[in-house]
Amino acid sequence: MKKVVIALAGNPNSGKTTLFNALTGATAHVGNWPGVTVEKRTGIFKGYKNETVEIVDLPGIYSLSPYTPEEVITRNFILEEKPDCIINVIDATNLERNLYMTSQLLEMDIPLVLAFNMIDIVNDNHVQLDIKGMEKLLNVPIIPVSALRNSHLNDLVLKAIEESKKVKTPSYSWASDTKIKKIIEEAISIYSKEKIDNPTFHAIKALEGDEIEKEKNSKLFSQVCKLVKSSDDFEVESANLRYEYITKNITSLKKEEKTKISEKLTKSDKIDKVLTNKWAAIPILVLIMFLVFHLVFSENLFFIGSIAGAIKGEDPFSGYGGLISIGDYHPFEDLFYSSSGINSPGVILTNFVNGITGMITQGFRLLFETTSSPEWVSGLICDGILGGVFAVIGFLPQILFLFMFFAILEDSGYMARVAFVLDRIFRKFGVSGRAFIPMIMGYGCAVPAIINTRTLSSDKERIKTIRAIPLFVCGAKLPILVACCGCIASVFNLQSDLIALSIYVIAFATAVISVIVMNNTTMKEDVPPFIMELPSYHLPMAKSLLIHIWDKAKHFLKKASTIILTSTIIVWLLSHLTWSWEYVSEEDISLSILASLGMFIQPLFTPLGFGYQISREFGWTYTVATINGIVAKENVISTLNVIASSLPSTFIGNLDVGNENGIDALIAMYESTNISLGGIYSFIAFNVLTIPCFATLATSKAELPNKKYFINSIFFWLGVSYFVSMSLYLTIDFIWPIGIILPLVIGSVAFLYFYNKKNNLKIEE
Amino acid sequence: MEVKETKKGETYLLSEVSIGSTGTITKINAEGRLRRRILDMGITPNTQIFLRKKAPLGDPLEITIRGYELTLRKEEASQIEIKVTDVREV
Repeated sequence: MKKVVIALAGNPNSGKTTLFNALTGATAHVGNWPGVTVEKRTGIFKGYKNETVEIVDLPGIYSLSPYTPEEVITRNFILEEKPDCIINVIDATNLERNLYMTSQLLEMDIPLVLAFNMIDIVNDNHVQLDIKGMEKLLNVPIIPVSALRNSHLNDLVLKAIEESKKVKTPSYSWASDTKIKKIIEEAISIYSKEKIDNPTFHAIKALEGDEIEKEKNSKLFSQVCKLVKSSDDFEVESANLRYEYITKNITSLKKEEKTKISEKLTKSDKIDKVLTNKWAAIPILVLIMFLVFHLVFSENLFFIGSIAGAIKGEDPFSGYGGLISIGDYHPFEDLFYSSSGINSPGVILTNFVNGITGMITQGFRLLFETTSSPEWVSGLICDGILGGVFAVIGFLPQILFLFMFFAILEDSGYMARVAFVLDRIFRKFGVSGRAFIPMIMGYGCAVPAIINTRTLSSDKERIKTIRAIPLFVCGAKLPILVACCGCIASVFNLQSDLIALSIYVIAFATAVISVIVMNNTTMKEDVPPFIMELPSYHLPMAKSLLIHIWDKAKHFLKKASTIILTSTIIVWLLSHLTWSWEYVSEEDISLSILASLGMFIQPLFTPLGFGYQISREFGWTYTVATINGIVAKENVISTLNVIASSLPSTFIGNLDVGNENGIDALIAMYESTNISLGGIYSFIAFNVLTIPCFATLATSKAELPNKKYFINSIFFWLGVSYFVSMSLYLTIDFIWPIGIILPLVIGSVAFLYFYNKKNNLKIEE
Repeated sequence: MEVKETKKGETYLLSEVSIGSTGTITKINAEGRLRRRILDMGITPNTQIFLRKKAPLGDPLEITIRGYELTLRKEEASQIEIKVTDVREV
């Protein structure tokens, strides 16, 4: 069967991905800020029987003279892969700017159909468009559609298939009545002689002095350039003429009943009056971010617990026992509230999932007990496989919840405003406000965050952002905080949430300082320009939110069932086998392969507080957990959990080491290793800041410009994490080293600052 | 530098005018890729432009051009010359 390839191209935020999802039944993520689609995506249109119809969704672009890396993807796809037809998706509420790109697509030999998307909104605004008139004028078929309401989508694809069979003549009617028409004709004839595809398009791009054209067809480019006095002037003139042509002809075909949109206060403006208000904008942003994290992670919702406790003078909630109990085991303990207060929705969901997975594990344990299976079977399945995988799954609800909030903020159009509000601050650190979006995504997962850096306009800005993203506390690192901070809280009698907060602050400060340092050393550049569209606010669509969350859930479960499952089994096996492949029981775990590997590397962590100074017998577990964390950060706690449940019972006592939250496992580890407070703290910091997981490594390797930057990035993460955790350990346990570390850091930053200032002066002279 | 009072009929850099000013673009001074981007976004000579607001810290700016909202920094705006036609209180 023959195959028809139809590409969707158009301005950012014009609804290409919504259209793509509607046509192919795919579940790609849609957002309401420019640049959500950063890769091309392919799907099959099901509504046509005679041929296979392949739909390609391309990143949005404003023009075919690309500016950011994801825009290059679109241009290259159209020019090199030559789709059979292009559907130019147009936001019909903003015809002028959208048709500008159309004027460039019309210069190609590839058949074109225009989809006037969001036509329903146009009609709601009482605007009448003379579609027939526009078709005639542009000499291209136009189909008014609404991707969101699924209207006229089949007509659109059928039209595109029909057009793909025809031969299209390139047109540049914007230049038809002007002086430059002659020059363009000459340029085209130069290109046509060389038998290049799309000669009209290439010829005009050459006249405009296009950088990519200069590289690819340098000989023809220089020939064509001789035709004009200055390609700079031609560039302005062509942009001007295109827009003029569109405005002049379109205005007569568009009838508005109301006054000009810019004259009156739309709903979007009213929202903007508050959200980007001079005084309120930043407090509102802080409040929104606080609320998001509070609703997902707090175990003391709206501080009701603390307030009630202060009034009553005692713990107001005695803890919720849960309705089900299996012997001494209460799977739904503290489901809705605990002694610290009411749980947030995120915590309730997590507790619920943990209750279910806990019952499953308990069920298996009972089954093995009653059938008196060998010890290793129960150990491998309950502690090894289920313990590891459930530790990850138990975390799923909170991650999805967090993603949902970010999706709502993104979908509503607020994220673009955040970039607008924060640009001034971010620029001080050497990145633009747009970098906020990938960075804040880093709090969810570094992989999509790093892919998203393609919306940044310069390579150096991307490198800086890609290196900073894994320093943030991503979703997978949260179990480390939960477990370690819980352990510190109970052993050293400190506030768990304050410790967790301090890690967030340290991670953030590390990211900021390292971006500033990079900015002044290896990644020096002029601040890249910041020109961004601010989309109108709209209510997030429940459907697209669900699609987004389901997508994330799938991704996460896939990871849990593959890479994490495999590594937990390997950890369990290595911790229960000796070098001579003999099974060792829990008591002799220090004879295992894993123990000896860990012991070998352990001394490296002495300056960090979990090396030589802690017990040789079990201290290697921290080393092993850290190394496992490079496979996937969820592994850090699941490894400790597996090993802790194999500790001799003297250390375990009454502790519930199988518990998914890992707190008791950490306490057992503390008992058995005598690690110091500084040691545990530096262990958290090191795992949060060091080389990220395999998935992130693979993504950053693909996204960084070349291998050199990737290798440097690995050393960067390793160096930064080692230095920061060492400083933390030394400071917490001995205090006096801060007298050396702090002046050292301040001194070198100051040196860098003055050195650069001096050098900059030299350049100016 | 911001002008103390934006007067009708005078030519200014876009970065200088006060909020609420409407003007016609007279010249684009930027070079290279930045200029390309400015032009592609519809900021071309003889187009009407309206300075809507400034970000809380005074930079970047938000403008209305060709019926949509765009944000750009003062630095980029200082490459754009406009002749002010109207100044409104916002």
